Amino acid sequence: MKKGILIILLFICWILLTTPIKSYEIDWQILIVGLVISIISGFIFGEGFTESPHKFFGIKRYLWAIAYIPVLIFWCIIANFDVAYRVLHPNLPIRPGIVKVKTRLRSKSGLTALANSITLTPGTMSVEIDPTGYLYIHWINVKTDDIEKVTELIVRRFEKILERIFE
Amino acid sequence: MRETLSLIFMVIGCFFNLFGCIGLVRLPDVYNRLQASTKCVTLGTCCVLFGILISGPVNISFKAFLTIVFILISSPTVAHALSRASIKSGIKLWEKSVVNKMEEE
Repeated sequence: MKKGILIILLFICWILLTTPIKSYEIDWQILIVGLVISIISGFIFGEGFTESPHKFFGIKRYLWAIAYIPVLIFWCIIANFDVAYRVLHPNLPIRPGIVKVKTRLRSKSGLTALANSITLTPGTMSVEIDPTGYLYIHWINVKTDDIEKVTELIVRRFEKILERIFE
Repeated sequence: MRETLSLIFMVIGCFFNLFGCIGLVRLPDVYNRLQASTKCVTLGTCCVLFGILISGPVNISFKAFLTIVFILISSPTVAHALSRASIKSGIKLWEKSVVNKMEEE
């Protein structure tokens, strides 16, 4: 089943990269080559692909993932204006430091998504992940170093949605 | 109309890339520099690619979309890898840093 999912994903990527449609006719050569290549690489690399393939079949996960995109883009834009303000200000208003936060997510993909989202949001960047559910975060403007408050400020806004996608 | 919109997006993207580069020069240590460069360059490049996405023909739009997805996944991962490597190899934080929970433990 892992191999099947990987083959389908690779084939979708192939179609998006090559777009085998020329003047409303499908180019079968490109499609067949892509299918063969994705089957071969799917069989080679399928074993190490994912831990829990049954999660790919929940429709709700995809809906939450679509709902997650605008949240991420919103915080990403805020983060950029934040960085632009700090960089262009003559006095460099930064108070950097590394803080520790706690998360409820446990799956590897969930932790990865959370760390990546934290890196793209205002003033924070994930430095180290502890698989037991702690993250070390470099914060450019430290307001508090209490674990609970920092978690409330940084992690909560993503965790609620990511839990529904990855757990 | 589409051309104008795509040009606007490209100009915004170039400005964010510029802010990222200014941050790379002005900020004090490796972690702060990574912050500025990662965030600004990610969104800046995605803005430029989005401009290409709305102006180009279908096959180029698909490629730009796929590139946006890959950049959004890979760029924070690279920043994480670089900062983790700097911590492991013992590079100190800036001397005016407020707190370092990793050293306290």
